[in-house]
Amino acid sequence: MFVRLVYESFRRQKRRKLLAGAAITLGVTVATAMIAVATDIGDKINRELRTIGANLVVTPQEDTLDVEISGVNLKPPSDGAFLNEADLPKIKGTFWHNNITGFAPMLPVNVTLQRDGKNEDITLLGTYFAKPISFGKETFNTGVRTTHPWWKVSGAWPDDSSHDVLMGERLAARLSLKARDSVSLSGRQLRVSGILSTGGAEDDEVVAPLALAQEILGKPGAVRRVYVSALTKPEDAFARRDPKSMSGPIYDRWYCSPYPQSIAFQLQESIPHSHAEQIRQVAQNEGAVLTRIEGLIFLVTLAALFASALAVSAAMATAIFERRAEVGLMKALGAGRFAVASVFFAEAALLALFGGFVGFAAGGMLAHQIGRSIFNSQITIAPVLFPVILVIAVIVTFAGSAAAIRKAVGLDPVFALRGDL
Amino acid sequence: MKGNAFNSGADVAAKRENAPHTSMFMRMLLRAAVLRRGRAAAALFAMVVAAAVATAMLNLYVDVQAKLRREFRNYGANIILVGRDGTSLPPDAVSQAESVVAGRGVVAPFALVVARTSDGQAIVVAGSDFERVRQLDRWWSVSNWPAAPKEALVGVRAVSVVSPKNQPFDLSFQGHSIHLTPAGTVQTGSAEDSRVYLSLADFVSWTGVQPSTVEVAATGSPEEIAATMRQLEQAIPAAEVRPVRQIMEGEARVLGKTRATLLAAASLIILTAALCVLSTLMGWVFGRRRDFAIMKALGASDRLLNGFFAAEAAALGATGALIGFVLGIGIAAWIGRVNFHAPVVPRFSVLPFVLAGSMVVTLLSAILPISLLRRVQPAVILRGE
Repeated sequence: MFVRLVYESFRRQKRRKLLAGAAITLGVTVATAMIAVATDIGDKINRELRTIGANLVVTPQEDTLDVEISGVNLKPPSDGAFLNEADLPKIKGTFWHNNITGFAPMLPVNVTLQRDGKNEDITLLGTYFAKPISFGKETFNTGVRTTHPWWKVSGAWPDDSSHDVLMGERLAARLSLKARDSVSLSGRQLRVSGILSTGGAEDDEVVAPLALAQEILGKPGAVRRVYVSALTKPEDAFARRDPKSMSGPIYDRWYCSPYPQSIAFQLQESIPHSHAEQIRQVAQNEGAVLTRIEGLIFLVTLAALFASALAVSAAMATAIFERRAEVGLMKALGAGRFAVASVFFAEAALLALFGGFVGFAAGGMLAHQIGRSIFNSQITIAPVLFPVILVIAVIVTFAGSAAAIRKAVGLDPVFALRGDL
Repeated sequence: MKGNAFNSGADVAAKRENAPHTSMFMRMLLRAAVLRRGRAAAALFAMVVAAAVATAMLNLYVDVQAKLRREFRNYGANIILVGRDGTSLPPDAVSQAESVVAGRGVVAPFALVVARTSDGQAIVVAGSDFERVRQLDRWWSVSNWPAAPKEALVGVRAVSVVSPKNQPFDLSFQGHSIHLTPAGTVQTGSAEDSRVYLSLADFVSWTGVQPSTVEVAATGSPEEIAATMRQLEQAIPAAEVRPVRQIMEGEARVLGKTRATLLAAASLIILTAALCVLSTLMGWVFGRRRDFAIMKALGASDRLLNGFFAAEAAALGATGALIGFVLGIGIAAWIGRVNFHAPVVPRFSVLPFVLAGSMVVTLLSAILPISLLRRVQPAVILRGE
C-alpha cells in the first residue's frame, strides 16, 4: 500500500513532481558547479599568476656578487661559479615536479658589437626559448616562453639549436636593425630572427640560445642562474620554519607541502652546489593574491549553497502545502501521523536522489563549461563528490520539507478536506 | 511600507467611479497580508533573501576589482622612469612625479653606482629614500631599516663581502670614500641581495650622482595608469616612461579571470534565488484562488483583480528588495572585512537593479497564476475542484 501510494503519487501528479524535481536539480547543479569551481580556482589562478614570472631562482652556491646596473653586466664574465646545464633536467625529478610549470637557465655574456667600424660592449643573454628536455621517460618543453610569458617577439623566436638571436627593442632601435638582418657579435655573423620587447633590461640586450652563449664564453655547460616557475601554496608560519630544526614527521609534512621554501629546498637538493631561493616580489605577493581570491570564491560558494538549499526548501514546502486535501483524506481513512509523514519523506527522498543525480551531471557540465570559457582549461569534478552531493541533496530536501510535513500531518482532517485553513 | 502599493493601487482604483472602492482596495490588501501572516511572511522572507544575495553578489562584483588592484600594488612599481640614454634624471623628477601621482600611488627614486670595497672588490651601491621604499617594495625582508645618516642596508649576499662581522665598513667611488655602519640586511631573492643601500642624501653627497630611476606604483584601472604615464611624460620630458609589463599583464589577466568567475557565480546564485522567489510566490498566489474566486463572483472586473494582485506583488517586491538591499550591503561589507580586511563600499548604483529585478520576479509570479485562474469559472474554484 505504501509503495503504491508513493508510486501513484508520482504517476498522477507529474506536473508537481516535475516542478519540485526541477528545483532540486537546479539547486544541486548550482551547488555542484560552485563546489567544483571553488576547489579548482586556487590552481587556476595560480597558473594565471605565473604570467608575472618565475617565483624561484637557483644560483651557484659559492657565487661572487652580481655587479649589474640597468642591464649592463660589470662582473667579469668568467668570474664566479656556474651551474652545470646537465643537472637541469633533475628539476623535473624533484618531489613537486608536477608543480613546476617551467624553468629557464640564464647565462649573461659580455660581447662586442661591431658596426660601421665601431665597437660597442653589450650583454648577450643565453637562455632556452622552448627547448625539449627529457628526464626519465618524460619529455617536455621549457624556456622563457613558459617562464616569461610577457616577452613579446616581432618576427620569429629562434630555434634553441640554431645560431639565431633576438635583439632587444631599444638596442635594435638604436642600431636601426630589423628582423632577418644580420649582426656581427664578437667576430661572429649572427642572424636576428626577431625583435624582443620585455619592458625590462633585456630591451637593451641580445638574447640568444644558451648553447651559443656558452660557445662565445668558451665554457660549455655553464649556466649562471636558473629561473623556476612553480605552483606554490601561500606561505604561512609553518612554511617559514627552518627545516634543519624539524623532527621526522613534521619535516615530512613541511617537505611534502608545496611551499616556496620547500620547493626551493628540493631544488637545492637535486642540483649539486646550488642555492635556491624564492623571488620574494613574486612569491610573497602571489600568496596574498591567491588567498584573497580563494577566500572570496569560498564565501561566494557558501552563498550559492545557501541559495540552492533555500530554493529546494521553498519548492518542497509549496508542493506539500498544495496537498492538504490528500493528507486529510489519508487521515480520515485512519492513517497515523507517522504513516503520512513517511509517505512524504519517501517521496522527498526519491525526488532528492533523482534531482541529485541529474543535478550532479549537469553541475559537472556547467563547471566544465565555466573552466573552458574562463580559464581555457578543464575543471574536473572529483567522483568522490558524488555521494557527498547526493547526501547533501537528501538532507536539504528533508530539512526543507520537514516544517511543511509537520504542519500537514498536524492538520485536522475535517478542516483539511473542507479546504478551510 | 505599503505606501507604494497604496499609491499604485489607488491609481487603478481612481479610474473607477466611487471613493468607497479605494478604501476597500486598501483593506483587501492589508487584510490579505495580516490574515495569512505565515504565508505572506514566507513569501517576503524568500524575497528578502533573494534580494540580499543579489545585492551582495552585485556589490562584490563591482568592488572586487578595486580590492584586488590594491593587493596587486604590493607587487611594487608598475611604471618606471629612467633618464633618456642612461643619463640621470633632473633633481626635481621625484617631486614632479609625486605631484602627478598625487596620492594615488607611491613614488621612490633610485640611484646606482659601482663602488669598490676596501679590498678592491666591485659592488653595486644604491641610494634611495627608505621611507618610500618601505611602502613601494613591501616584499623586502629587512631585519632593521636604517634610521640615522651614514647607516646602510646591506643585501644578504653582500654582507659577507663588506661586513661579515657586522662591523662598520668603507666604500670608495672615484676617489671619494664613505664610512658606513650596517643597520640591517635586506633579502629579496633578486638583484637587491648583492647591493648596499644608502639614504639618497648620503649617496648624493658622497658620489654626486643623481637618481637615474624613479619607480612609481600607481593605483587605478589600466586606463588611469595609461593616463598617469602620459602625464608623467609631459611633466618630466627628460625621462623615458616605461610600463612594467609583467606586473600589468599578470594583474589584468588575474583580475579578468576572477571577475569572470565571480560573474558566473553571481548569475547562478541570482538565478537560483529568483526561481526560489518565483516558486514561493506562485504557490502563495495559487493558494489564494478562493479569494480570487469570491472577488470575481462578487463582480470584480478582471482589471481590478489584476491590479489587486499586481499591487500586492509590487508591494512585496519593493519591501523585500529594500530590506534585502540593506542586508546584502551588510553581507558584502562582512565579506570585505573577513576576506580583504577592508570594507566593501556600499554601491547604491546596485539598488535600482535589485529593485527592478525584484519587481519583475514578483509581478511575474503574480501574473502567471492569475492568468491561469482567469480562465476558470469562479464556481469551479469555490467548489474546490
